[in-house]
Amino acid sequence: MDQVGPVLVDGVIYSAWLFIAAVGLTLVYGVMKILNVTHGSFYALGAYAGASLTGAWLARGYPPALSYAVLLGGALLVTLVFAPAIERGLLRFMYAKDEVVILLVTYALFLILEDTIKLIWGVNPYFVAEPYALLGSFEVGGLKYPTYNLILVGLALALAAGLAWVLHSTRVGKLLLAVIHDPEMSRALGVNVDRYYLVTFTLACFLAALGGSFTAPTVSVVPGLGVDVIVLSFAVVVIGGLGSLPGAALGAVIVGLVRSVSVHYMPQVELFVIYSVMALVLAFRPRGLFGLAEPRKI
Amino acid sequence: MKPDRTPALLGAILAAVVAGGLLLPQWTLFILTLACAQGLVVLGLVLLQRAGLVSFGQALFYCIGAYTAGGLSRAFGTGDLFVQMAAGAAAAALVAFVLGFLLARYRGIFFGLLSLALSMIFYGLIVKSEALGSTDGMNLVKTTLFGVRPDAAWVRYAMAVAAACVALGAAWLTHRYLRTPLGRLSPAIKDNEIRVEYMGASVRYAIHVNYVIAATLAGAGGALAATTVGHIDPEMAYWTTSGEFVFIAILSGTGSVIAPFLGALVFGAIHTVAYDVSPNTWQMSMGLALLAAIVFLPDGLWSLFAKRKTA
Repeated sequence: MDQVGPVLVDGVIYSAWLFIAAVGLTLVYGVMKILNVTHGSFYALGAYAGASLTGAWLARGYPPALSYAVLLGGALLVTLVFAPAIERGLLRFMYAKDEVVILLVTYALFLILEDTIKLIWGVNPYFVAEPYALLGSFEVGGLKYPTYNLILVGLALALAAGLAWVLHSTRVGKLLLAVIHDPEMSRALGVNVDRYYLVTFTLACFLAALGGSFTAPTVSVVPGLGVDVIVLSFAVVVIGGLGSLPGAALGAVIVGLVRSVSVHYMPQVELFVIYSVMALVLAFRPRGLFGLAEPRKI
Repeated sequence: MKPDRTPALLGAILAAVVAGGLLLPQWTLFILTLACAQGLVVLGLVLLQRAGLVSFGQALFYCIGAYTAGGLSRAFGTGDLFVQMAAGAAAAALVAFVLGFLLARYRGIFFGLLSLALSMIFYGLIVKSEALGSTDGMNLVKTTLFGVRPDAAWVRYAMAVAAACVALGAAWLTHRYLRTPLGRLSPAIKDNEIRVEYMGASVRYAIHVNYVIAATLAGAGGALAATTVGHIDPEMAYWTTSGEFVFIAILSGTGSVIAPFLGALVFGAIHTVAYDVSPNTWQMSMGLALLAAIVFLPDGLWSLFAKRKTA
């Protein structure tokens, strides 16, 4: 049985989704050295905002073609409401603490945001299939795929290209690289490091929310949506190397293909295989496939 | 040197449980037993924390302990608390002994992430395995103590006392271990690993030993929790379970071997009260409590007592 075509298509679609969901995590770690557990909360927030706003938009009879803009707007809205408040109100007081302690702070925030979501949207599931159904489908190797998935792939490619361009070819990006390498020296040279932290954190959370809101039409949005995404994103960025953008892309492709192969041939080992890859990478290249060695400090 | 008051304190707590347990309502005894189970796991985490290591995958050993108890229960109909705990601890210790060769090389965030990955591998295995009940998990036979099933009115009390005996015994042994040269090495490793090596001690060996002890405690705790609740499922290996243990460890602090049990009890109390008051926002209450602990009690609940002593 020839499944290579479908395996590849599934793998690419899943990789694109993983990249969108996880790239913000590596960005925040790279710049701020924070393993941000709230990343999953923003994914869930984005999904809820996308689903509920799009639902309201369509219920009023506005043109469904614009619902993609509503998904985008929803992600932007929740991010602007929560992310700057979290960074300015809490995280910035924690930067002096140990990496692991900051991780626990974000874990506490994750617990708080889980219930905030329930308070805002209740516990009933949300469905909005329209943006998904609107585009029809295409066929590969006898299997039908919704065209909507191509939007995810396009979005992932655009994000990867956009981030690479900003980071390496703009003034802001080069200053950000300086902040990554040495925050104190950058500060001494007059770079507003606090602002870079705020913008990076907000941007990363926006990417997570975007991942959530564009996934919302393909699933039913229920409480606990972000919990799986957190640990999956951890796997992706750890495989590629924490803090590395090409690493996140590579990690997403590896996990995406591995999952797709296991789903098609041996569905019962899906999770086992994904985390085994993560453990193997940690065992042989602890800093990830693209991670750089860090000098040992005495 | 100050006299060692910990053994006397442990004895006093056991006496308090035995006597006070007669007066407490049944549901508090249940919480007390579960706190003993969680306290055992956290005691292990505290051992690692003293060496500067935080494991985000301790649920692996907790779950191994629980499923060992479940397996005994299903295969042989064994419901004996002590047999289950011993088997759970042994199984976890064995796995930790093997994994320790790898993990002892890791520090900081990488130690946490690798232990997380390992626990998620186990989760991925049992969640898809039909024989172990996949996502539904399985039920255990009724708990017995030395082969005897206590009278229904007394079973909670008997289990709480048995759990307290085991937990406090483990705390005492751990306390003894911490006073051995190997046990005293951990804070030194946290401070400066290279100096420890120059001193002639093996850091990897010390961490490996701590890791195996921590896993043994977690395995025993998992088996105790399994038989107390009477049901196990793969969620016990999920990262949120590990997160709860780290939460309790932060809440407790590394000041004493009693702290983890105090922390687990406070955790259980916050959990129960928050859930009772508002079922939809209990996680928020837990999150706020964790934040408060990190900000106001960086050395954990135990620092409240320790400070008073010196003042």
